[in-house]
Order: sequence, then structure tokens, then C-alpha cells
Amino acid sequence: MISHETIEKNIGLLIVLTILVVSIGGLVQIVPLFFQTSTTQAVTGLTPYTPLQLAGRDLYIREGCVGCHSQMVRPFRAETERYGHYSVAGEYVYDRPFLWGSKRTGPDLQRVGGRYSDAWHVAHLLNPRDVVPESNMPAYPWLDRPLKDADIQKKMRTLNVVGHGYTEAQIAAAPGELEGKTEMDAMVAYLQVLGTHAPKN
Amino acid sequence: MSDFTSGFWPLYISVITALSIIGTWVFIRSQTTRKLQPGEKPELIGHTWDGDLQDFDNPLPRWWLGLFYGTLIFAAVYLVLWPGMGNYAGLLGWTSLQEYEDEVKAAEAKFQPVYAGFMKQDVATVAANPEAHAIGRNLYLTYCSQCHGSDAAGAKGFPNLTDHDWLYGGDADTIRATITDGRAGMMPAMGEALGPEGTKEVANYVLSLSGRKHDARLASAGQQKFADNCAACHMPDGSGMAAMGAPKLTDKVWLYGGSEASIIESIAKGRNGVMPASSQTLGTTSNREAKLHLLTAYIYGLSQQK
Repeated sequence: MISHETIEKNIGLLIVLTILVVSIGGLVQIVPLFFQTSTTQAVTGLTPYTPLQLAGRDLYIREGCVGCHSQMVRPFRAETERYGHYSVAGEYVYDRPFLWGSKRTGPDLQRVGGRYSDAWHVAHLLNPRDVVPESNMPAYPWLDRPLKDADIQKKMRTLNVVGHGYTEAQIAAAPGELEGKTEMDAMVAYLQVLGTHAPKN
Repeated sequence: MSDFTSGFWPLYISVITALSIIGTWVFIRSQTTRKLQPGEKPELIGHTWDGDLQDFDNPLPRWWLGLFYGTLIFAAVYLVLWPGMGNYAGLLGWTSLQEYEDEVKAAEAKFQPVYAGFMKQDVATVAANPEAHAIGRNLYLTYCSQCHGSDAAGAKGFPNLTDHDWLYGGDADTIRATITDGRAGMMPAMGEALGPEGTKEVANYVLSLSGRKHDARLASAGQQKFADNCAACHMPDGSGMAAMGAPKLTDKVWLYGGSEASIIESIAKGRNGVMPASSQTLGTTSNREAKLHLLTAYIYGLSQQK
């Protein structure tokens, strides 16, 4: 056994041993998750975001939606009654970065796709009080402007590095798909696809 | 969930976990100096700071050691009872999924007797029951109020449910069908077909149908255009058609606003309001059928009040 004195007087050894000790938790709890089917394989029907949805997702990040809305329905009856099926890991394989969030000033949004009409989302984002008078969500009226996302092809190529599998044809078509769209269109497209591949029961 | 891509990973987890527990136990044992006898002085550690500062090699406090060994024992017991060591399921057989399903089953069993009574009654009877009304109101606030409003009075584009005026019909079966399957409005955009002037003429004719202020010259010019383009769904007299969800144009209820400008917008751009099907809302809830029944009764009851 190395004596305490040896470690204390040998700073290199102290650093190595400290890193070794603090990394054990991560090595056991995090590393194996990269080798589990349920955490690495997409659920049935899940496909990477379309260019418009991807642009909407970036707006969701830009506007800080994740600060008030989580995207994770926990397996409790109180949550599944209100939101729908609890979330499973395979629904998030194309979420980079994931937007699980940790605060619910507003409701969870993991199952919001298809729950309201597009018209509702537009009215609600322009002024939440128009449809939900008691809402304390801020209005996002500036979303009603042309979508500018010159980097969409670069984004898709970057996501391909980690295995999103966009084809060259999809990447080539991307700028055309965003042509003439507003930021509102992109945001609504993203919200309407959220959680729509929930396990069926 | 233990669905590792290879058998190596459960072993990897188990070995590191077990070695960590045993390793810390061996380590702390090796660092623990023996307990001092009464009157015995601890040894000095052989270094001196600032000329005269020295420290004793005191043993670790016993209470602290006790706590430390306690956590090691807790860890061992935990790993025997609950899942943690690779694929080992634990003596208790606990899973988060099972806990969730038990919770749902318990709730179903608890509420089933309450619901069973209402399921035997028809919608009108349930609607008159105060207890069913209270349950229905909770369901309404959870699943419907975001669009139709917490007072059910709706908003622009989202129908008022309390005004005795129905797009698709207000009898119990129709309300149930609306909730179950959703609705999709299908008024086409007529702006191009009618042209700006024609749109204005039709709008004035529509205003005249409910006896409101309008330009008589434009309205009479719009009459024939209405008959050609609008009467198929809204009927020649503007009384609407519930089967198509085409609203009555002769009353004072305007889903998208009744000003001339709003009516022109409706005609020019069309209206395609969508109500999602209940699979999006009640889809995964327990006692689904009973909830649908109670919601139907609640909404039916809203339009029965004077």
C-alpha cells in the first residue's frame, strides 16, 4: 500500500489517482448506456428531423423554451393522464442536444405534437392570452418573419457525423424546403412532430 | 432495462461496483490507526512546519468510521434487493415500469365503481348529476380548456361551447363523435375565384343574411355569387349544414369575427379549423371510455343551461 505521505508529496501521482477515483461513477453509470439497445436505437417510425423541423428546433433553443418547458413525461400516472405515454429513451436518439429541461413553469411538451391545431399554435405563440387567458407565457410575435437559416446544409452534414443519416438528396433539397417559410412555420412544424412516435398501447 | 449489446457490459458494471465497495473497505482498514489506550499519546507525524508546527497521527474518529462502514453495508444490501449489478434483477424484483403499472391499476380499481354507475346512464342523465359535472369539469379543464377556454366560451377560431350554436350538432352522439374523431374544417379559399370586388360583394350579402349593416348595392350583386359559390355548403338561405360543419350565417355567432373585414378574410383565405381526435388527449389515460362519456355529458350539459 502506497503511504499517504508518498501521494501527498508526489503531485503527478495525486492527480492520476484523483482522476481515477472521480471517474468511476461515470464509467459505471454512463459508459454502458452507449451500449444498450433501448438507449441507442430509435423507436419504431422515428426519423431525423426534416430541415423545417430542424430549423424550428434551433428557434426553440434560441427562444429559451427549454427554460420553462421540459420534454420528458415521467412514468407516473399523474403525468401520463395529462400528457400521454411516458417518454422512452429511443425517442431522443435524434435530439442533439437533448432538450429534456428540468423546470416546468409551463407544461411538459414531449407529447404536444398533434395535440393542438397549427392555428392554435400560431395564435398561442403570437399572444398566449388570446387562447389561454390565465397563461403567464411570454408572447413571441417576432416569429412571424421570414426564416433565415443559411447554415441548414452544414447542420445536416454535421449531424450526419454522429449518424443521423441524411441523404445527399435530402441535404440538396433542404434550402428549397425552407424557401418562403416563416420562423413561425418552422416552430410549429417542430412542435407538431414532438413525441408523435410514442409507443402505442 | 438490461438490453446490452454484449454480455461484457453487465460483467463490467458488476465487477467495478463490487471492486469499489471491497476496495474502499480495504483502503479504509489500511488507513485506520489502532484505537489509543487510555493515557497513550498519539505519535507525531515526522515533519515540522514554520519552524515549530507539528501534527499528531490521531486515529480516525470511531463515529466517522462507523458511518463509513454503514454506507458500505447499505450499498451491499441495496444491491442484493434492487437491480444494480449488471443484469441481476434484485430479490424484490422491482422495476419502474411495474411500479407505474401498479399505480395505474390501483387508480383504475379505485375509480371504476364511480364510473360504472355513470356508464349505465345516458348522457342527459349524467349531465344532470352534480358529481358527474364536477368530474367532467376536471376532465374538461385538463383536456379541452387550452383551446375552448376554461369558461368554455372559446376564442377566435375556437368554438364557444356554451352558446347553443353548433357547427356539427349538439346532440350527445355528435358531441361524442366530435371528441372521439376530431373535426377538420374545410372551407376553401374563394379569394381567387371571386376576385377582390366579388369577395366584398359576397361579404356584404352575408352581412345582410343576419340583418346587419351592409351596403345594399354590393349585397344584391353578391347574392348570385353566393348562390353559385357558397350555397352548396351554407345552403341557399344561409342556414348552414351540420354534416359539413358549415356554420349558419343568419345568426349573431361568428367563429372568426363578424365584421366586414373578418368575413372578407374568411371568404378570401378559407377557414380550416382543426380539432384533434381524442387519441391525442385521452389516448393513454385509464378508464378512457368512462372519461369520454363524462366529458360528452359535461359538454352536452354546458349547452343545456339557460
